[in-house]
Amino acid sequence: MEALTQFFAIYGSLVNFIGINAILALSLYLTLAAGQLSLGSAAFAGIGGYTAGILTMKLGVPFLLSVVAGSVLSGLVGLLIGLPVLRLHGVFLAIATLAFGEVVRITVLNLDITGGAQGLVGIPNHTKTWGIYLALAVVGYAIAKLRYSRLGWCFESIREDETAAGAMGIDTTYYKTLAFVLGAMLAGFAGALYAHLNYLITPREFGFSVAVDLLIFNIVGGTRAWYGPILGAVLLTALPEILRGTGITAGPMRMAVNGLILLLVILFLPNGLVSIFRRSASKAKDSTLAISEEA
Amino acid sequence: MLLQVKDVTRTFGGVRALDGVSLSVEKGAVHGLIGPNGAGKTTLINVLSSTIAPSSGEVLFDDRPVHTLPAYQLAARGMARTFQNIRLFPAMTCLENVIAGQHLVAPRPFFPRLFCLPSATREEKGYRLQAMACLARVGIEAKAHFPAKALSYGERRRLEIARALASRPRLLLLDEPVAGMRQKEVEDVGSLIRSLAKEDMTILLIEHNMAFVMGLCSRITVLNFGRTLITGDPDQVSRHPEVIEAYLGVSENHA
Repeated sequence: MEALTQFFAIYGSLVNFIGINAILALSLYLTLAAGQLSLGSAAFAGIGGYTAGILTMKLGVPFLLSVVAGSVLSGLVGLLIGLPVLRLHGVFLAIATLAFGEVVRITVLNLDITGGAQGLVGIPNHTKTWGIYLALAVVGYAIAKLRYSRLGWCFESIREDETAAGAMGIDTTYYKTLAFVLGAMLAGFAGALYAHLNYLITPREFGFSVAVDLLIFNIVGGTRAWYGPILGAVLLTALPEILRGTGITAGPMRMAVNGLILLLVILFLPNGLVSIFRRSASKAKDSTLAISEEA
Repeated sequence: MLLQVKDVTRTFGGVRALDGVSLSVEKGAVHGLIGPNGAGKTTLINVLSSTIAPSSGEVLFDDRPVHTLPAYQLAARGMARTFQNIRLFPAMTCLENVIAGQHLVAPRPFFPRLFCLPSATREEKGYRLQAMACLARVGIEAKAHFPAKALSYGERRRLEIARALASRPRLLLLDEPVAGMRQKEVEDVGSLIRSLAKEDMTILLIEHNMAFVMGLCSRITVLNFGRTLITGDPDQVSRHPEVIEAYLGVSENHA
């Protein structure tokens, strides 16, 4: 028990940060599941975080209500941005969402109500570790179940081939927008939790490098299963600490180590870490079917 | 008439891919669409399924104009199609491809699944049996759990038909359904199309395999340079002098 207390005293903030990052990675996963490459997740987290933070700090709104408000506002902005922007595909969509992210960051940097470059200071500390992990469990479970509902099949079909999905009766514009808005809401939710964790948030914490980190969590973990982004977020967020434990001070090397891992995963596990699990699962399935033909 | 095409024109830049095409497809017919390469057959199928819009002219489905609707709404009215260049969902298994194709007939609501209600499990089992039946219908049920990208060319074409059948369409548009298939497979697809027609499904198909078209279709429309040359039964079509000149004559010389 004492060991556990000591562990939390040292690593408590890391454990919290891992949970938040996992939820954020899942928010991007929702959008990626429908084949839409977005670099706007960090900005949506910022919208949720600043909204919820301002509400509790300056207006005395209850914590849970502010979290809901942050998610909803983020989702609404997602809808406004998504409708025009989702006409773009692939790299062009990524660039447009990246630009949106910069607009949000610069806006937050220049407004008085957000505290400018100093950030929003003095947000009440409401977010608890159990709260983060309860949220992560619920969100992870819901996303896992979503995969085999009609919505999940629509996302998957659009990701695989948008024209064929349309010919099968899927309203691709509607479902792409829905994926984008759901992702924005979840990012806003995670941002709102994050805002109430450390007394302050700054614009830098929702900038471009965070958007890229979220994408890397998804690529390293894999986007073919709901637990992929969680794996990626856990591994890459904990990595600097693990490295420190082995005596390597990652500090300035962190980005290089992340890059190396990303390179190795892309080369050897193109579908991410989840393909390790899925490969063994499909082998088991094949042997029960007793079909010898090699795929 | 289930489907009527009235004076449809489609231009790509200066090219008139379709130049005032008119044709009617009767309910329950197996209607063939033939013509030399570049005659506009695939463009016509793309216009019919609203994959592309016509430059002018009208398409009526159930006597209602549909050429302004997006593709997904046409599918909702009972039109399904396959693609000449095969558009499967490669990362999914065969069974999953068909399940995805059930979009219009299987609501698969989220909340019963979220709470693992027994009704959801029961319902899902029913849908999966139906999906397996679609695979069995085209003869690839043994490969249900194989990824679609692991199939042979002919099997992929058949899987695409199975996915189209999953939405239980009234009109099925097939773009070269037996291209690249072995003789045995061609015969299987032929009898599949016959049995679908017996169940009141209407089929409009493009095919270059003349024996297949002549033996299967009750009506045939010949396109050449974006215009309708003739619509008639196989006998009329194969005796028409311009058809022989534009198409059959050439293909016989090659044989």
